Amino acid sequence: MPQLHFRFRFRCSRGTGCVGSCVRIHEKAASWCIVGVVVTLCACRHLLELLRRSAIQGESNSVLIVGPRGAGKTMLLQCVLRDLLQEKEAQKNLLQVHLNGLLQTDDRIALKEITRQLNLENVVGDKVFGSFAENLAFLLEALKKGDRSSSRPVLFVLDEFDLFAHHKNQTLLYNLFDVSQSAQTPVAVVGVTCRLDVLELLEKRVKSRFSHRQIHLLSSFGFSEYLQTVRTQLSLPDDFTDRGFAQDWNSSIQTLCEDKSVEEALQRHFNSSKDFRSLHMLLMLCLSRVSVSKPSIKPADLLDASRLCLCDAKANMLHGLSILELCLIIAMKHLNDVYEGEPFNLQMVHNEFKKFLQRKSNSMYNFEQPVVMKAFEHLQQLELIRPVDGSSAKTQREFQLMRLMLDHSQIMEALQKYPQCPTDVKQWAMSAFG
Amino acid sequence: MIDSVCSLCVSSLVISVEGLPRPTIIIPEQHILIEGDDEDNPYVAKVIRLFGDESGEQMKAVVQWFVRVSEVPLSKLKLLGREPHPQEIFHYQGRICDDEVNVESILRPVQVKHLDSATPFPNSDDKDTMYVKLSWDSKAFRVVDSALVESACEPASPSSQLPHAVSGVETESLHSATKLSASKCLSTKRRNLATRTPGVCKKLELHSKWEDVVSQLLDKELDSKVMLAHRLSSSPPQPHPVTHRLTPINKAHRSPVTQGTIRLKPSTIALNRLPPSKMNRPLLSARENSTRSVLTLTSFKTLVAVYTIHLTKAQSHPTCPHNFAVCLIRNLLDNQQDLNSDGEDEDEFVPSQKELNGCSEEDEDDGEEEAGLDSEEEILVKKGRGTTAVFRTPRSKQKTHSLTRTPRKNPNKKIMPGTPRTPHQATPSIPCRSLPTRQPANILEEARARLHVSSVPESLPCREQEFQDIYSFVESKIIDGTGGCMYISGVPGTGKTATVHEVMRCLQHAADVDEIPTFHFIEINGMKMTDPHQAYVQILQNLTGQKATPDHAAALLDKRFNNPAPRKQTTVLLVDELDLLWTRKQNVMYNLFDWPTQRHARLVVLTIANTMDLPERIMINRVASRLGLTRMSFQPYSFKQLQQIIMSRLNKVKAFEEDALQLVSRKVAALSGDARRCLDICRRATEICEHSTTNPSATGLVGMSHVMEALNEMFSSAYITAIKCASMQEQLFLRAVIAEFRRLGLEEATFQQVFVQHQALCRLEGLQPISVSEGLAVCQRLGACRLLLLEPSRLGVLQRVRLNVSQDDVLYALKAD
Repeated sequence: MPQLHFRFRFRCSRGTGCVGSCVRIHEKAASWCIVGVVVTLCACRHLLELLRRSAIQGESNSVLIVGPRGAGKTMLLQCVLRDLLQEKEAQKNLLQVHLNGLLQTDDRIALKEITRQLNLENVVGDKVFGSFAENLAFLLEALKKGDRSSSRPVLFVLDEFDLFAHHKNQTLLYNLFDVSQSAQTPVAVVGVTCRLDVLELLEKRVKSRFSHRQIHLLSSFGFSEYLQTVRTQLSLPDDFTDRGFAQDWNSSIQTLCEDKSVEEALQRHFNSSKDFRSLHMLLMLCLSRVSVSKPSIKPADLLDASRLCLCDAKANMLHGLSILELCLIIAMKHLNDVYEGEPFNLQMVHNEFKKFLQRKSNSMYNFEQPVVMKAFEHLQQLELIRPVDGSSAKTQREFQLMRLMLDHSQIMEALQKYPQCPTDVKQWAMSAFG
Repeated sequence: MIDSVCSLCVSSLVISVEGLPRPTIIIPEQHILIEGDDEDNPYVAKVIRLFGDESGEQMKAVVQWFVRVSEVPLSKLKLLGREPHPQEIFHYQGRICDDEVNVESILRPVQVKHLDSATPFPNSDDKDTMYVKLSWDSKAFRVVDSALVESACEPASPSSQLPHAVSGVETESLHSATKLSASKCLSTKRRNLATRTPGVCKKLELHSKWEDVVSQLLDKELDSKVMLAHRLSSSPPQPHPVTHRLTPINKAHRSPVTQGTIRLKPSTIALNRLPPSKMNRPLLSARENSTRSVLTLTSFKTLVAVYTIHLTKAQSHPTCPHNFAVCLIRNLLDNQQDLNSDGEDEDEFVPSQKELNGCSEEDEDDGEEEAGLDSEEEILVKKGRGTTAVFRTPRSKQKTHSLTRTPRKNPNKKIMPGTPRTPHQATPSIPCRSLPTRQPANILEEARARLHVSSVPESLPCREQEFQDIYSFVESKIIDGTGGCMYISGVPGTGKTATVHEVMRCLQHAADVDEIPTFHFIEINGMKMTDPHQAYVQILQNLTGQKATPDHAAALLDKRFNNPAPRKQTTVLLVDELDLLWTRKQNVMYNLFDWPTQRHARLVVLTIANTMDLPERIMINRVASRLGLTRMSFQPYSFKQLQQIIMSRLNKVKAFEEDALQLVSRKVAALSGDARRCLDICRRATEICEHSTTNPSATGLVGMSHVMEALNEMFSSAYITAIKCASMQEQLFLRAVIAEFRRLGLEEATFQQVFVQHQALCRLEGLQPISVSEGLAVCQRLGACRLLLLEPSRLGVLQRVRLNVSQDDVLYALKAD
């Protein structure tokens, strides 16, 4: 049973790790329910055809895949590549270079990485020596020597493409696109980005060399498809080893998805974002509660997980503060109300707090200035308050201007849940004016 | 330093060179060396006639040129079909060659022998005899008639004119001394005359100063050598420490030590008068003479090795002396290895041999060269251990040597064993494909292949006028042998580079069929280099194949373009993306435009950039003025032209409907006039057509609908669709942003303000209000797509929010829902 459990967990985590049923995209298009069916199938075919022509006919191409985060851009590319590499002709010819804008932060690093991945002749072991200029000249010379019919096509995948556009002079992009538009080694440049305005980042001569093919991957599906996805993602496949368990599990998933409260929670998530990564987060939280003694997901699990996902981070932090710090936060809130969001300093906050002590408090004592100062600094460390930009560090600490980084709703929410909060403090917080 | 006295008789010429006891007489039909770019390999020519010019002050000579092996382009050298002999020269029969030279540039006579093409080259070390087998007309090698080559009257050999010196060694070294110092002096003189710009002057001064230092060091070293020799000769011939070490050799060559030291002395004195670069040769012969003596051999070896290392560093042209040095050292080491056949030192030499081989293969790689030589030094030091008296001088020498050379970044890194090193001859290439490319199968694929921007069209339509202008500009410059600049501007995709390439292709063809003189075409691109100063490096590498640092390359190019040289062909330089060569001082641009104005440069510079007013906008006056007013601007293509371009590319492949083509070209012409765009759209349209042929009514041609689809795909902005596809909360947030903007009357608000609106809207829509964290996440997602513009997220609720789309677009997208 524990082994089964492990296997089962593994399966589920794998299922959630990737955007599900892409595998089946060609076997049964109907199961491709993740993203809007028509758009994705079209995009998939477009990309596959493009890369196939590069690999087999040696045609140079460039294309951008654009879509919001978590829409399945990388997944699409991976699926297409896997399909492409199943063809022997393509597999034998295609060279691949994968770059990421977050890793290759400038052209110097990117060039070394390209040279390394292409394993050109100036690579020694795993390292590339030589200056930036030499490397560039070498790579360009190498690409120039090739021609359409004789040299292996190279696929360049540029993840976070928009970051490459910020490199100096866009040298790398210019050269890649220039190669793709001239009779040299066949290359296919595939950029992956979430920025819709990515073309505006390109310099005009770079832009002119780009073929302007864009594949927009937008998640244009409705809630019913979303629900269907949740179901397929959680279901075990038919060929699962323990058939009995698989059937039990699948039926429990079926009932789970039909539950009204679950549907509501999922609807809330769907309303908030169509991103599959956040959905996977939610489902992983549920799945991690499954154990040998509790072999199915109950609606309560999902609701708990959903609450965990949606809870407010800052409000949670407020729960861990001392009463004094909380009082200071409330004093700041009142200052914000009175002065309409103008910045404040420690002295003002302390005065406000003292006013509260004099007038309303019967459970709180006054604190020494150094203690208040310490509490104030602690709040700053937690980034619940931050100094106003441009205020010089020379001013004394108690007069340094600050802003509150919390919304009123967060403060009120935290107060409701704060353990053993004195009533007079609560009342003070809720009163209109301090 | 040199006075070349010209006698007034036209039948012969007397040249007196300082350092030579007697003037040399030059007569017609004699072979001579003429000063050129390369001081170590002067030009070879035969005097046909001597005459004085109109004023009678300037003596000139009409010559028949010979070409050295090093002057034949590497690519053409393959035509020879065998390894050229280093002393081989070719009878030059090409055209366009200034065959008049000033007599000042004549260095000295030289011996030239004609050999039948079948006879092998005589095995001789004499550097003063050249051998002619073939002729070269810049395209092919041909067998040459001996009558053309052999001098009518063989002049007395130069050495025989000299009084017979103490030994053959000295005669020869003196001889080469004169030759060299003459060449050096002449060139220094020329340089001083030619240089006008202060910057260049400085560089050259530095250069010559350096040479001075080197020669001083050499002198010093030689003095100490002589002292040493004296000491050795005066000391009684008792067994020296060194003989202990090299006993087996000593056994093999039974000769008294004294003999060796006596022989050593004259040759070192002779050395003293030698300028650096040709020193190795007498040493070599000296070595041959003194192989009998072990002591002499060893000391000489050290001397030779240290000098060659030194010389390699000191030379401004690293290749020639370096080659020489390397082969010399290798000779020595071979010799040594033979001698030490007992095997005691074998392991020390095996790696060094490798080192040397690598070194000689990769002459141009400076770093490698240094590394190789360093290990060489190491070995020498190792060898020298234990022989204190003899080896002290070389070691101190080494110190000075390390002072003179330029500092390296990681001196230890390259010598360290085990450190992986860049392979010596890394050829840039992409692996070959294992399976052949598939040919286009149907008419649409055929059309697609033809429409790819990379496919070279048979002709360039719609740019006839521009083509003609550029062609005649460059052609006239080539024919006149002058230089000039041209500035070409135009928006991207208007065929600037393509037209220039086409012009060059045509001119090259014209040169091939002998309509115009041959020329050299070089292309650089501002975007294809990492730094503007790399331009020098690339130009130099294209011109001569040399590698150098940017500063050095600039100096070499400056020298090349500023100095007169016989047999210079025109260079056409294409500078693409000129604006990238901008530096704060603009010295790169300045130089590029200044060289063509030099009298001897014969340089035509064609520059390409996007903007029409680049010279006025970014160039300072002296640069803009040198660029001149020869400008040309490429207008964006009109729709008719675009249509014509597509038609000519398709070339009767019927794949498009007439209307479809017109739509594409009109659309592109209205937007940008970029031909690349036009071709890309057509290509995409063929793809769409191919996939939609499931529809049986289709004709198989690309129609209006396909083109429309392609156009939409490429030109439509995705913002509206993106908003439509956004999640409910994201849409609400956008609405809240607009509501807040309207309330404030500003186009900017903080997240906190927008969030209040958002909560209100949520309630209005009957949705559960979201928490601040969630709201921030929504906001960030919109920011990542750039539907919103945000401040950095660390500001939290205080970050300011702006729309990146117009409010109308947002409202339109949300309403249509």
